[in-house]
Order: sequence, then structure tokens, then C-alpha cells
Amino acid sequence: MSGASVTAEPPAKGAPPSAQAGKWRQYAIAAGFLAPAAFLLGVWIIYPTIKTIVRSFYGRDGSDFVGIDNYRTLFSSDTLLRAIENNAIWVIVVPAAVTAIGLLYAVLTERVRWAVAFKTVVFMPMAVSAFAAGVTWRIMYQQEPDRGAINAGIAAVKDTFSPTGVLSEAAPSSDALEQRPSGALTLAKPLEPGGVALLGLTRIRSEEVPATATQAEAPASKPGEITGVVWRDFKPGGGTPGKVESEEPGLPGVTVELLDQDGNKVQSATSANDGSFAFQDVPDGSYTVGIGASTFAQPFGGVSWLGSKLITPSIIISYIWIWAGFAMVVIAAGLAAISRETLEAARTDGATEWQVFWRVTVPQLWPVITVVFITLLINVLKVFDIVLAVAPQSVQDDANVIALAMWRTSFGGVSDFGLGSAIAVFLFLLVLPILAIQIRRFRREQGA
Amino acid sequence: MTAATAEAETARPPAGKEKTATKVLRWLGRAPIHILLVFVGLLWLVPTIGLFMTSLFSAEDVNNIGWWKIFTKPSLATFQNYQDIYHNESIRSAIVTTIIISVGGTILPILVASLAGYAFAWLEFPGRDWIFLGVIALLVVPLQMALIPIFSLYSKVGIFDTKLSLILFHTAFGLPFAIFLLRNFFIGIPKELLEAARIDGASELRIFVRLILPLGLPAIASLAIFQFLWTWNDLIVALSLARDTQPITVAIFSQLRQFGANLELIAPAAFVSLAIPLAVFFAFQRYFVQGLLAGSVK
Repeated sequence: MSGASVTAEPPAKGAPPSAQAGKWRQYAIAAGFLAPAAFLLGVWIIYPTIKTIVRSFYGRDGSDFVGIDNYRTLFSSDTLLRAIENNAIWVIVVPAAVTAIGLLYAVLTERVRWAVAFKTVVFMPMAVSAFAAGVTWRIMYQQEPDRGAINAGIAAVKDTFSPTGVLSEAAPSSDALEQRPSGALTLAKPLEPGGVALLGLTRIRSEEVPATATQAEAPASKPGEITGVVWRDFKPGGGTPGKVESEEPGLPGVTVELLDQDGNKVQSATSANDGSFAFQDVPDGSYTVGIGASTFAQPFGGVSWLGSKLITPSIIISYIWIWAGFAMVVIAAGLAAISRETLEAARTDGATEWQVFWRVTVPQLWPVITVVFITLLINVLKVFDIVLAVAPQSVQDDANVIALAMWRTSFGGVSDFGLGSAIAVFLFLLVLPILAIQIRRFRREQGA
Repeated sequence: MTAATAEAETARPPAGKEKTATKVLRWLGRAPIHILLVFVGLLWLVPTIGLFMTSLFSAEDVNNIGWWKIFTKPSLATFQNYQDIYHNESIRSAIVTTIIISVGGTILPILVASLAGYAFAWLEFPGRDWIFLGVIALLVVPLQMALIPIFSLYSKVGIFDTKLSLILFHTAFGLPFAIFLLRNFFIGIPKELLEAARIDGASELRIFVRLILPLGLPAIASLAIFQFLWTWNDLIVALSLARDTQPITVAIFSQLRQFGANLELIAPAAFVSLAIPLAVFFAFQRYFVQGLLAGSVK
């Protein structure tokens, strides 16, 4: 309330209080000033409000009275219940999240020199239409990591911690190798010390074979060791599966594991340039040799942000992006108005910064925080544009919210004005309690 | 927000003469905050930058290459898409429509609201404060409550699908907030000024035009920005109450069905629709924030 409502003193009494005629003249002038507003408010807001309430008790084309049938449908149709449920999620998550983020940013920027630049950047989305912002986020949310920036970011992080396997496409060349549920490939036949493991793989494109690879050799058996080779068991023109032949290169850098009978890993080795590897000092017993699942790890395919499961959280994130700046600016203005003395006094009394924040700053900010919270509550109940922009047609049922359901029922193909009116009235009833708060706040400010 | 920060700046106790070492230490201690803020700031910029970069890709590249590749390979960028949408009849007429609706939807409510705001602030009539309260109460009526009856009304009167009908709708729904804001501002104008004018025999209309409007300019300016952005950014009203009278948001919406196939059209159009509000915001930031703080209700 900067400057706008500073002096709310009663206006001047009319100059000549004596003449009755002068009074009527005054009323007429006032009526003239108010007439355009009265006409617009009457025709575009008051009349339609009443009309919509009445209309909600009539059927699709408005000719037959159906009582509360439309409201029954509202609370029994799956699509509409889903919309109400989603809107409930919005109401629970968004006002709290946005207010918290706004408070955090306002406090963090309080004593930073370049705060104006930061605030401008974060506040910028507020000026933009929720619809255009939604389109922007839809581009960000594309699933393929080479197009959608968010999945590209996740892919980059993921590749550092669990890289795509060197042989993500490879498959066994013969029945000698079996695929485990984990994705690992192991030899079907157990081996004992002195045994030789032949791990032949196919479905490897020539360009995927590392440049350092050399001709594979069938390894010799050595006592006390298990030796073996990993190679590309394919040569142009065929060749015999399971047999190391000329022109078949070894596959270097593959992690081979030695497992005991219980499936525990005993040793692991990395194949050399010719694909050979060896496990030394193997005690007597029966073992399995296999290639770890990580070798075959698939590349990251992207999180399905716009799929039916994640669509509501995705839209909520983009909505928070829009509104965080609003919360930050309003709370920052409140923060600037807090009396410094109280903070200093608390600090002098030995309060920690944390205590000062929670016991002194936040209580003084409470009115501002309430305003932000309520503003968001109203807006979240009426959220519409951004859902329509982010959610692809196919998942709009999963992303549905009350305002969108109202539009889709009335104008988006269904053309049921009765049910549409009922949804509008329901939305109205949800925001109505906020009317009470709004008017109370207004009257308090007017000192009435 | 400039004003708010300036206040915070002055409110800080003047820094005494510190040793350089202490300064450096304090700066280092606050370094994590700076790093965090830079990170968050960049995070907030990414979507807008991404949209702009995407709009620079040719139709062949836009679905195959991530927009961030432009940083490493600037030759991918082309302004061809912007040329194309400039020559695209439907987008061009959509932008013209948006401008007309936004300008009309800004001037009209301000005119009507300042008349009413003046009456509520300085004219005497019975039940004035109750009526004013009633106008504020209208703030919570969601515009969804009006769409269906107004749709029928427009069809009956024969103004469905016209720019004027959209302007009138935006005007009416902008009024409660506008009247609230202007009345509260006008009431702060010194009483003596008005009384002097009245004693001089000036008519109320003259007082309104010569005194109230010029003095109310700051409030009118913030209101104008809000109303302009609100109308410019509208989707639901035009989507429900018009068919061929398409503002830019509706024009983009009608392309969204084939998102992948039309991205080379959607991205530049979305960027244009977003660039004008951004320009307004940057040009009038002060008024914008003032208005926001004056009544964050809509």
C-alpha cells in the first residue's frame, strides 16, 4: 500500500448544505460520474453472475429445469473429479511453495548490491502471459534429451555418475551366454580354475568397436587361473558363432566379473586390446564368468515430463517460475519497511541470526506474507492458461483443473452450458470465502 | 523495486572505516550467497533464452537439435522464422488484433474507473461507502461466471466475434480493481485544492479533468500498465467469446495441436507475444511494482 491509501479522511461535506435542490443536483452529478461504470459492471458482471447461477439448474440447452443434476454430475464424473483433485494439489502446494521461495529470495537479496538485477530477472516472468510462459516450458520439457533442455541437464548429470554402457546395444552371439534379469550376460556353463571363457558378442556396429581393438586370440588355459576373451563374434560373410576367428576384433575395456556359486562377485578384470582377460589365483570350485550389467546400460531416454503421470507437477513448476518474483518483490518491500531497531535490539540481547529471523523478522512480515499467500490462493483456484499451454491434448484429462474443465465443458467441444455453469458456480463458491477476508482487510485499512 | 531497494540501502547503518582484511573476509563469508543467487538467476533466465534460441532454428533443425547447440555453433541461427511470421497473414492480423484490444481495453476502463473513482472519493451521495464496498466485492467474481451468459448475449445482440465485444469484457472485469485503486489514490489529494476550485465556481467535470486526472497520473500509469498486460496476455476471454477475431495467444493456441510440426512457427510467435509485455515491463518497471504493491488482488 505505498502511498495510495495514506490519507483516508472523510471527504468534504458539500459546500452549500442549505438548499435541498443543490443536494439533488449533487446526486445527479454523482450519478453521471458513476453511470458508465454502473452500466458495465451491471451488464458484464452482475447480470451474468445471477444468470449463471440460475443457468446451472437447467440442462444442456437451457430449456428444461434439472434441479441439482448438474452438480451431481460435477461430483460423480471421473474427468471432473480429477480436475477437482488436481486443483486441490495446486492449492496445497503452490501458495506455500511460492511464498516460501519469495521469502527466501527476499531475505537473501536484502544486503546484496546487485539485488535489483536479480529481482528483475526473477520478476520478469510476471509480465509475460501465463500462456506464453507455458509454451516456453513445453519446449523445455520435451522428452528427448537432445531437444528438451531439462532432460539434457539430467542426462549430463546422470552420465557423470552412471555413464551409458560401452556396448549398450550388444547381444550374445550364441547360447553359451545367458542374459540375467539385471542386464548382465553370464556364461551358461560353470567354469573351474584352468577353464577358458569365450564371451562372444554381436550386434555391435563397426564404428562402436574401439579404435584400439586388435585381432582377438583364443586364450590358452592356465592352471589356477580362469582366462578368457571378449570379442566381436561376427565377421563380414558370417563366421561360426562361439569361435574366435580371423578378422574378429577383441573388445577392450569391458569389465568382466567372476562370480562364485552363490552369485557373489569374487574378482573383476578389464579386457585388454585383444579382448583377453585373466582371473589369477582362483581357488578350487565352480565359477561363473559374466559381463556386468553396466556395460550394457542403456543411454538415458529422458523423463516423460509431459506424460500423464508427471504433467501436473511439471505445470506447477512452471507456475512457480512465474509467481516467485511476485512473492519476492512484495515480501522485499515489507522487509524494507521493518524497523531496524527491533532487529538490532534482538541482536544486542544476544539472539542468533536464526532467532532474529524467526522471532523478529517473520512476525513483522506476517501481514505481507498473508497478502501474498491469499493472492496466490485466488489465482491458483482459477489457474487455466498455463495448463492449456503446457499439457499436450492427450494428457489434458490428467492435467485438468476446475477452470479448464469449465471451459472445456462449455466451449471446448462439449457445449454443455448447464454443466459449465455449475462448474463456474462451484469455482465461485471456492473463491467466495476469500471475499470475506478481502473486505475485512479493506475495512480495517479504511479504519471503519 | 528500485524504490524498495533504495530504501533498504539507506536504512543500512553507514559502514565505518574497516580494515581491508575484514572487508575481504566478510566478502568471502558472503560468497556462497552470491554464488547461489547467480545460479538461481541463471536458472530463471534459461526458459526465456531457450525460447528465443529455439525460435532461431530453421524448420529442419528445430526438432532435431537442442537450442543450446547455438552457443557452440552460431551458424545454426537464422532470422528466417521471424520473416516468415511477418509475412504470415494470420499471425500478422493476430498481432494487430491484440494491439487494438489491448489499447482499447486499457484506455476505456481507466476513463470509466477514474470517473467512478472520483465520485467515490469526493462526491456526496447516499450509500456511497456501501456501494464502493459492493464494487470491491465484485473483485472476487471469477470471469468464468460471466462467459456463458455473455456468449449468449453477444450472439443475440450480434456483436459476437468483434474486437469491441472483447474490449468491453476486459473493461468491465478491469473496473473493480481500477476503481478501488483510483478511489484510494484520489482520496489522498489535498482537500484544500478541491475546495479552492469549488469556491472558484469550477464544475465537477472541470475539477475532474483539470485537477484530478493530472494529479492522479502516477496511479493511472501503474493501472494502465496492469490493464495493458492483462488484456495483452488474455487467452480465455478471446478463446470463449470470439472465433475469427484471434489475438496472438489464441493464434498460437490453435497451432499447439501439432506442437512438433509447427515449432518453427510457435516459438517465434510466442517470443513476439512475450517481447512486448517484457518491453512494457522494462520501460515502466517502477509503476508496475508500485501498482503491484498498491493492491495485489487480481
